[in-house]
Amino acid sequence: MSGHATKEIDSATLWGGKISPFSTSYGKLMMWFFLVSDALTFGGLLIAYGFTRFNTLDAWPIGEETFNSMPFLGHGYPLLYVALMTFILIVSSVTMVLAVEAGHRMDKKGVVKWMIATIIGGFFFVGSQAWEWSHFIHGSEFGKVELADGSQAIVHGKFGELKNFTVTEAGKHYRKGDVITEDLRHQYQHAVVEGKVIGGANGGVITLHDGSIAKVNKAKDEHMKLIIKVKGAKYKLQDVIENEEASRMYYEAIDGHAHKVIYGANLKENEYGTQQYAQFFFFITGFHGFHVFSGVCINIIILMGVLRGVYHKRGHYEMVEKTGLYWHFVDLVWVFVFTFFYLV
Amino acid sequence: MERDDIIEYSLDAHHSEEQGVILRKKIWKVTALLTAITVVEVMLGAFIKQHDAIWPLVKYSFIVMTLVKAAYIVLSFMHLGDERKALKYVILVPYIIFIIYLIFICLTESTYVRSIWESHAN
Repeated sequence: MSGHATKEIDSATLWGGKISPFSTSYGKLMMWFFLVSDALTFGGLLIAYGFTRFNTLDAWPIGEETFNSMPFLGHGYPLLYVALMTFILIVSSVTMVLAVEAGHRMDKKGVVKWMIATIIGGFFFVGSQAWEWSHFIHGSEFGKVELADGSQAIVHGKFGELKNFTVTEAGKHYRKGDVITEDLRHQYQHAVVEGKVIGGANGGVITLHDGSIAKVNKAKDEHMKLIIKVKGAKYKLQDVIENEEASRMYYEAIDGHAHKVIYGANLKENEYGTQQYAQFFFFITGFHGFHVFSGVCINIIILMGVLRGVYHKRGHYEMVEKTGLYWHFVDLVWVFVFTFFYLV
Repeated sequence: MERDDIIEYSLDAHHSEEQGVILRKKIWKVTALLTAITVVEVMLGAFIKQHDAIWPLVKYSFIVMTLVKAAYIVLSFMHLGDERKALKYVILVPYIIFIIYLIFICLTESTYVRSIWESHAN
């Protein structure tokens, strides 16, 4: 495939000047050197992640517990969405090789077709990553709860649907008898964090942000399960509390108490476990996402060159090959990110 | 563009339609392999819990599978396997040596830091 590199040339000629001892053009060689340096950056980041993970005493978030949602389907699909993302990226890598291959046959139509496929795959991946981030930031419906003995637990199960709030005592904004049906989850979580939900398991009473008091109409939670992530006086790491007992302890913890629940993750708090995980997650997947996005942009620029026939006139499609190298590199990094953030 | 001191190496990379058929077959084979590995990884990740007795084995198999995938991407998709030996070594050897060193030193140090945390926690 790589022509010149497979020619038999004796080393005296090869290293004697006038030709590249590597049988590659300047541009391709520099792309390789850039990729080595970029790979060192990612290697350094992932090893820093390993360093932190090795010396952390608290429970590190587990991939299949943290990432178990699917768009439109809800919870309970461990790792499925990220597997789909990985598959999309691998496929877009394949379409890129096919574009390079078509370039070697001077098949302009083929290059265009496969590059468009690659770009679409890239956009899908970036979009999926945005969805994944949004999910990670907003968190689950239950959040992470601090129990009476000082331990902290993540919560699994089906959160009973919030149907409406009926105002029983007027505030600045709502009047008595108003039935609120919009933005319920957001208001509910906000009130829980501030300790303004009382008697929660069967709905209970909520104090809204305008000071009005309302009755919560909420379906019953099902299959609740608490998994201890930070040990306390009574519970150890990975202890599991189920069903009625779990529900009782969860609502006892939030009943009128502020800051007992954390929803989602950001740079200050992390529902899923150790704080450093969130920092590394945002930085490394963010840096990778930035690479994917710039890869898509570069691919679009090269695609325009292909469409205008620049490379056809030049007699070869090496530019496609060079962007291809970058694109495969992005896929390569993801293979490692996928393993160390989601699987291990 | 007519300069006799610059060789257009890319022109040598051209191949015929017949060769293209063979190459595409190879690409799809690698695709199937990468997909299969990913499916196995996700299955193991979704069904085997971290406190199961078998987990350490699964963990190392994840790392091995990752390295196999990486090797296929670099050598086949990026065509490094088809390049001259000198280029292969220039790219891979310094990187691999440095990264192995870095992994070794960071994990050793980290284990030590952990033991300090543990002795303070008790």
